[in-house]
Formats: sequence, C-alpha cells, structure tokens
Amino acid sequence: MASRNQIALIAGTLFLLGVGLTLYKAFSLGFPLLPGEYREVWTIESKISFTPRKDQPIQVDLKLPEPLAGWVLLEEHFASSGFGFTVADENDTREARWTRQSLDHSTTLYYKLQAYRPSSPELDDMPPTPVKKPLLENDQAAAMERLIALLHEQSADTDTFVALLVTEFNKDNQDRDAEFLLGTFEESPRVVMLAVLAYAGIPAHEIRGIRLEDGRRRQTLSSLIEFHNGERWVVIDPETANTGMPANFFVWQRGSGALLAVSGGTDSDLQFALVSNSLPAKAVIGMEQRAHEYALLDFSIYALPVEQQGVFKVLMLIPVAALVVVVMRLLVGLKTSGTFMPILIALAFLQTQLVTGLVLFITLVGVGLWIRSFLSHMNLLLVSRISAVIIVVIFMMATTAILSYKFGLDRALTVTFFPTIILSWTIERMSILWEEEGFHEVFLQGGGSLLVAVLSYLVMTNRIVEHLTFNFPELTLSLLAVILVLGKYTGYRLSELYRFRDLGKQ
Amino acid sequence: MIKLISPRRLEELGILGMNRRYVVFIGKYNPRRNYRLVDDKLLTKKAALENNIPVPELYAVIEAQHQIARATAALAEHEAFVIKPVQGSGGKGILVITGREGDQFRKSSGTLISAEEVRRHLSNTLAGLYSLGGRNDRAMVEAMIQFDPYLEKYSYEGVPDIRVIAFKGVPVMAMIRCATHASDGKANLHQGAVGVGIDIATGKSVRAVQHGHLVTTHPDTGANFDELQIPYWDRILDLGSRCVEMTGLGYLGVDIVLDKVRGPVLLELNARPGLAIQVANMAGLRHRLAIAEKIAAETDDHHKKIALARQYFGVHA
Repeated sequence: MASRNQIALIAGTLFLLGVGLTLYKAFSLGFPLLPGEYREVWTIESKISFTPRKDQPIQVDLKLPEPLAGWVLLEEHFASSGFGFTVADENDTREARWTRQSLDHSTTLYYKLQAYRPSSPELDDMPPTPVKKPLLENDQAAAMERLIALLHEQSADTDTFVALLVTEFNKDNQDRDAEFLLGTFEESPRVVMLAVLAYAGIPAHEIRGIRLEDGRRRQTLSSLIEFHNGERWVVIDPETANTGMPANFFVWQRGSGALLAVSGGTDSDLQFALVSNSLPAKAVIGMEQRAHEYALLDFSIYALPVEQQGVFKVLMLIPVAALVVVVMRLLVGLKTSGTFMPILIALAFLQTQLVTGLVLFITLVGVGLWIRSFLSHMNLLLVSRISAVIIVVIFMMATTAILSYKFGLDRALTVTFFPTIILSWTIERMSILWEEEGFHEVFLQGGGSLLVAVLSYLVMTNRIVEHLTFNFPELTLSLLAVILVLGKYTGYRLSELYRFRDLGKQ
Repeated sequence: MIKLISPRRLEELGILGMNRRYVVFIGKYNPRRNYRLVDDKLLTKKAALENNIPVPELYAVIEAQHQIARATAALAEHEAFVIKPVQGSGGKGILVITGREGDQFRKSSGTLISAEEVRRHLSNTLAGLYSLGGRNDRAMVEAMIQFDPYLEKYSYEGVPDIRVIAFKGVPVMAMIRCATHASDGKANLHQGAVGVGIDIATGKSVRAVQHGHLVTTHPDTGANFDELQIPYWDRILDLGSRCVEMTGLGYLGVDIVLDKVRGPVLLELNARPGLAIQVANMAGLRHRLAIAEKIAAETDDHHKKIALARQYFGVHA
C-alpha cells in the first residue's frame, strides 16, 4: 500500500531526526538525558525609563553588576534601539553607556542578565577602608555624639553596636537624638546610619542589589550595609538587623554610589522584573561554556526570554498528553466526552494539583448538570442555553472561590484555572447524553474523560518527561512519528476484546 | 476478573475492529464529499426517488421555529406520522405518532402526548439537540410505515428494521433488529434490542442475540426466531446494492423496513455502520469483505454480484 509506505517513510525520518538530534545534544554537547540536580537560574530584566529634555544630547550610564558572593553571570542582553551603545571599563567596574543626540518622547532601555549561584560564600575579604567623618552642623554633631555614647554604653563590641544602631533606627518610639538626626538629614535611615558609623570611626559602606522574588515585576533596588568589625567585614540588613548575606539577594554593587546616571533626561527610574527557572545543573554549565559556540543552542528554547520559556515548558508537554489520548482511544478504546477535553482538564490540574482539581471538577460538573436540568425545562434554543450554562459556570466558580477564601481553603482558589467554555460544553454534552442514553453512558464517558485527564496529568508532571520535553524539544518529532504510526493502527482495541468476548464461544 | 477474548481468536474469527473499519474501509472507500447525501436524510430521499428506490412518503419539512405552529395544524390531516431530524444520528430524536385520541397524539408505545409536547420536540430538533455535532437542524415529517404483519410478532412496540452491510455493491452481512421492552421500543442492540443475524443466501435467521447472549425466542412476544424468514429477500438485497451505486460510498449500511403494501422501503443510509452486526451474526466481517472485494473485481454486473454473494455467504444450504 502506497500510503502505508509513505507514512512509514515520513514517520521513520521524523523519528530518527528527533532521536538523532537528542543523542547529538546529549553526547556531543553534554546535555544531560536525565534530570539530575537542578539549578535555580534567575533572569533579571532591568528597565531604565526616563523623560528626555528637549533638544539635549542624552547619556545614560548604568553600572553593571560584578560576579560577587558566588553569583555567576550567564548571559547579558542589551536593548538599545536608536541609541549608540558601548560597554566601558571605568575604575574596575563595567558601565553600559547609551547615547543619543536628541529624543522627543520618553523611552525605556533594557538590560537583561541571567545569573545563578552555584555556592554561597561570603563576600571576598578586603582591607578596611579609611573612614571619612561627615561634615555636620553643631547640633547634629552633638546629637550624634550623644547617640554614639548611648549605644557604646549598651554594646559589647562593634557587632552589637551596629545591631543596636539598626534596631534603634527601626523602632517605633525612637531615641530623641535618632529622631532629630532623621529629621534634619532628610534622607533614608540607611544614609543616617552610615553617617553615624562614619562618625564613630567604623568603616562601612552600602551593598546595592535586588531581593529576588519569582515572578516579581517593578522590583526596585535594595541596600544592605557592610561594616568592618576590626577583624572582618560583616553584612547587616538595615531594616531587620539580621547579619550575613541573605540567600535571595543578588549583589549588584559593593560600595556606595549611584548605579544609574542619566544626563539630558528627567524622571529617570530603574526597575527590575524577575523570573526564576529550574534548569538542570549540567545544562547551565553547558550554556555558560558554549552559548555562543553552537548555533543549535542559540536556536533552542533557552534562547527565548525566560517568561516565554515558561510558556513553552507547558506547551511542549501538550504533545505528550495528546499521545496519552491517542493511546487511550485507539489502543484501549476508552470513550471520552470531547476528544481533547481531557488535555484541557489535565492542564487545569497542573495549576490546581490533582486531588483539589478532581474535587473541583466533579463538583462544578455535578452542580452544573443539576442547574442545567432546570434550563432543560425552559425549552431554550441551543446557543442561548449554552450561554446560560457558561454564565452559571462562572457564577459557580466565583462562589467556590469566595467561599473557599472565607473558609481559608486557599487551594480551592485555583478553580479559576478551569477553562469556562470547555466546562460549559462538557456540562451540555453530559446533560444531553443523560437525557438520551441514561446515566450509565454519562458515567462511562465522564469517567473515561477523567481517567484520561488524570493519566495525562501524571505523565505531564513526571520529572523525566518534563526534563526531556523541555531540554530536547526535538523529541516531539519522534512523538509525532509515533502518533502518525498509531493513526494507521488497524488492530483491535482493548475494549473490543471485551465487547466481542462472547463471539468465540460457539 | 473480566473475561476478555484474545486478539488472535478475534483475528481467526475475522472480526472487524473500530480502527480497521476507519483506516481500511471508511477512510479508503467512503470519500468525504459523498457523506452529505447520506447524513442529510432529505438528500437521501431525493436521490432515492430519482433512482426508483422506494422511501416513506414525505409530508412536510420544518426549517424554522416560526413554522412549527402552522406545521402542527397541517399535520391534522394525517392520522399517523413520524418526525425525524434531517441530520439525526443513531436513531435519536425520532418521534412516531401512531394515531389520535381527541386532541392528543398516541406514541408507538401507546402513551398519549399533547400537541404542545409535539411542538417542543420539533423545537428541540431544530435547535440540533438530536443532530450530528449539535448543529442546527431541520425536522422532517414522514408517513408512518405500516409494517408487514408477518414481522409484528418479532417486535415489541417498535418497527423492526433490517440492516444490510454492502461493500462495493456486494451485500456482505445482514441482520434484523427487534425492539424489546428492555430496549424501550428502540432498535438499538446495546440498549437491549434483539439482533437477529440473517442468512444472505436465503433471508432466514441464522441466530439471535440479546445483550451478547444467544436467545431463541423474543423475550416479550415469545416468537421463535428460528422460524424467521424475511419476506421479499431478493428485493432487499437488490435495494441494498443499488444504494451503494446511488451514493458512491463503497462501505455502506442500509436500513430497510418492510411495508405492508409497498414491500421493502429504504429508511436511511449510514456511512459509518456499526460493528454490532457481527455480534448478531456471531461472525466476523473481514473474511466476507475480502471475498466481496474479489467478487467486485470479477464483475461489474449488479445481479451477478448478488448471485455470487448469495453463493459465497450462504449459511443455510
């Protein structure tokens, strides 16, 4: 048969292509075939926005982060449409510089980097820096002396002195002198604290960086204070007085001074969008070493912005779920309501978790069927009937969300991840099925759909499947080949071995 | 433990499975463009009339909601009639009215319903409740078949219909579906109707099956299936083969009823006929389909095909 050979040829080619590329990546480029150890890779997108002054040349300088405290920078991208762009080395720090003759509208510049932290050592030691006493008004100097004397009295060493200082400035009812200093400096407590430390002769400076929160947008710069206690440098949080480098802190710059300088513009602002992504450790190292050596890696999903990577992570799982549906229908012969409805339900389960998802789904469809039976008596035209069901479904989702929130069942809030239209159609189909074929058939098809959905969910959440589909998207070609071949399967379904079970008995 | 039959045994019996039916027969021999003629019962009826194939008389077609009120009034002149969705599937949405009682209509089961209920049924039909894929549909009103009294004792509250599977113009397998009390007057085997396999050569019954088990008598009427001999068998085979020629569908299910006066009448056609006919005959389709393929290759003559089919597929000598 010509079409059979054709399919065999196409499927064979696709299969070999997928497996071949996978093996090449695995053995030649060192991508791990099995998940192994995962690394948390952060993508930090810095957004510089400002309003330019009319007819003035613009220069934007951004100090770039240095790999400090164990952080490794993987990739950097600069977006600079219409701007001249250079990266310059100035006094040992790198600076990105955007320049332009003039600009008549406010604009945004982007700098994106990917970073991960294989180990978390302390910051490198360095000799204590010379202390420069701040210039103060007489009353300020007097207040500072009194405050320092008070703190000295209560503390045993430099460490406790600084801790007390930070606590003092974060208290609700502050010492009169601290309150006075804050009032006259007209600066953030951090700056005042640094001034007090300088006045007391303790070497100290700021550490600028970003508190990492996954999915966070519009994050702004944060600061820590680092001081020298006579033996070594100590990091302290100027708000909580906790010492040591926080785990979720990306160090941008060690030392005071502005990160961003914009000349020829006003209202400049620096914000960060953050996404974290778990990647296999070996792949991260591979990226680090060879990101620019191999075109293939440049065209992998890793080349995308991390938000899109997240989308593809889910998208690449759908073919696997489709394979589950194909196998369950063509080989097993399960009846489902709507061919790919189980996949959509399984995708919702990914958000809600399995048990919550099942309970929510069965509740929604059950109550939906009950309400739908009232609609049935009203003798409505089909389109308005389904529209009515959609509205009922949305109300049920809202009710579930509100009730669960009131009762503190946060899990059930994920009810919103169920696709409304699909739920409505499911309810409609089940309802008609009930009227025509009876409950037995509803149970059979509903059960079949749920079983396929649960199986798809289990496959999609499997660590190895997740790892393979994301890191080796070319395997989807092999999957396509399998699906093509199954489309030509002419053997019996498992259900038929049951259906025709009595035929052999004559 | 659920009892299953081994795939090898099914293979030996030549049972046709769903996958093979789609890939090998429906996909290959039934071109998509010819489906319309089969799925739309009005088109089927029109084509049948052009080909001199007898069909039930058409009383009315209702296409829009606003026609419903007038239509029910117009139906007053007919004592008995059948309402069907034009694109219905699997016998859904068929309402059989056998007579009147004052203002009320009597269903085939004997229950009386009001004109309002008939109108609601028409409205649901137009909304697509009973149709393929839930599409908007039309309703057609046909004459009720006065079925042959000979078959009366083999069916409970319903019209027994004869299904013939024809492949490339060769009748391959046949059965008659007899409604029972359990099947609620419907001729669906999985709802408990009795399927009686019919010998292609003679029109006599081969065996009768209900719920997958052999039976000898009708559970409600007590009629003995062994004595069943379908009348007008020559004409039924001829009709089945002609439908293949009419539709251009190589693999076709033909549903036929026997009218008291007119003999075999075409009820509907099916481009994806089910596999239950194998259960009713306790035999597989595959060997027969292979033979039919040979017969069709040997001759193009309509009568020769039927003659050869009767020769090869005969069970009763």
